[in-house]
Amino acid sequence: MKPPRPPAPRLDDLKPELKRIERRLFLRGGLSLGALSLLTGCDLSTDSGIDRALWAMLRFNDRVQAALFEPNRLAPTYPASAITRPFRFNAYYPEWQVRTVGTDAWRLEVGGLVDDKKPWSLAELRQLPQEEQITRHVCVEGWSQIGQWSGVPLHIFLRRIGADLRAKYVAFRCFDDYSSSIDMASALHPQTILTLDFEQKPLDPPWGAPLRLRIPTKLGFKNPKHIAAMTVTNDYPGGYWENQGYNWYSGL
Amino acid sequence: MTVMARNPASLGAPSPAMPARSAAHPPILRVMHWIGAAAVLCMILSGWQIYNASPLLPFVFPAWMTLGGWLAGGIAWHLAGLWLLLADGLLYLTYGFASGHFRRDFLPLDPRLVVRDLGRALTGRLAHRLGHYNAVQRLLYAGVLLVIVLTVLTGLSIWKPVQFAWLTDLFGGYDRARVLHFSAMCLIVTFLVVHLTLVAIFPRTLFAMIVGLRRQDDAEDRP
Repeated sequence: MKPPRPPAPRLDDLKPELKRIERRLFLRGGLSLGALSLLTGCDLSTDSGIDRALWAMLRFNDRVQAALFEPNRLAPTYPASAITRPFRFNAYYPEWQVRTVGTDAWRLEVGGLVDDKKPWSLAELRQLPQEEQITRHVCVEGWSQIGQWSGVPLHIFLRRIGADLRAKYVAFRCFDDYSSSIDMASALHPQTILTLDFEQKPLDPPWGAPLRLRIPTKLGFKNPKHIAAMTVTNDYPGGYWENQGYNWYSGL
Repeated sequence: MTVMARNPASLGAPSPAMPARSAAHPPILRVMHWIGAAAVLCMILSGWQIYNASPLLPFVFPAWMTLGGWLAGGIAWHLAGLWLLLADGLLYLTYGFASGHFRRDFLPLDPRLVVRDLGRALTGRLAHRLGHYNAVQRLLYAGVLLVIVLTVLTGLSIWKPVQFAWLTDLFGGYDRARVLHFSAMCLIVTFLVVHLTLVAIFPRTLFAMIVGLRRQDDAEDRP
């Protein structure tokens, strides 16, 4: 037997309910549109609560990435045939503004938590053990290219100058007014090198002459060129891009 | 049936002849849906900001459509939204498997039924009952879930191509993984266009996802 057909509700009965739903939707829509227009203004440069939250998330991401970092895991290496040519120039200024320095007069200053603060000449650096690598340089912008670098492994240099290897940071100051800093664990990674050569020739000015850092476990902007001074420290040093909002750790 | 489904009288009105029906979407599902929607929107808009720094294709996204103001801001949003998406997504996947939501509502995923229901949908003869997914919906919802998982995995593979080098290799290397990440985004955006169009055609599905209208009964919509 068919059940009796229920009386169809009339539209009038539903109207108050529909009104309530409509009002709720309108409020929600207004809120989210307003919120979106507020959010799109958040670019890490303001003092708004959302920008502060974004900075806090960046610090949280630093800790997550440090935990993910495996000290003995090597960045993939490539055959010489994979090297990108021509290699792309990149800095915070155009190529014609590249600064140069007399290589004889140049010294690497060393400071902070180290035993031996004697400055280093290029010739002295060349006498230390050298290491070569063909690795992928990944830019924060998303593009990448494969290059060949060689120089002194940073862990060898840090031990040679009697650095406090329990310190938190190694900071670099460059004579083109650039700066950057890395965590000690990454500084001690076997592929992190104080680079003297690019494609087996002494660095040319566009590639960071006379000394740059090559660290294939981090994004390109963490590979400072034209290094003038290195400091081992426990005080967060920041860096040129890092201070403007690029994620400090930026590990790969 | 099509006519009845469009009739406001079927707007979840309680029927005295039948036991109280459950919500088309339980509250936890609705909360996860909206958090997930916000997270995906954040990831897409900040992702466009990041894309603009080094476009894969000969175009950039207009600045007003992006989040973060500049590259660093876009990355900050992307890395913040990632955790919201991960948390919401893992909760949803756990819920989907544990509660039987996936098994009950997404399966069976029969290609013949998809073709049949797609034909019906395009000719306006497909009934829509709240809380029941037709074969096209099943395909779209299960599909976009898989694509979002793919987007997260390709994203991780280009965020950490050294720590997760095996994952990057799985996607064919850094450059291919980056193209895959972008392509998966395109699929999600395509899904959103279809999804939002259908919601605009059947607005009560929006009410159902917000306030939780009652599930409509099984009826004669059987093959």
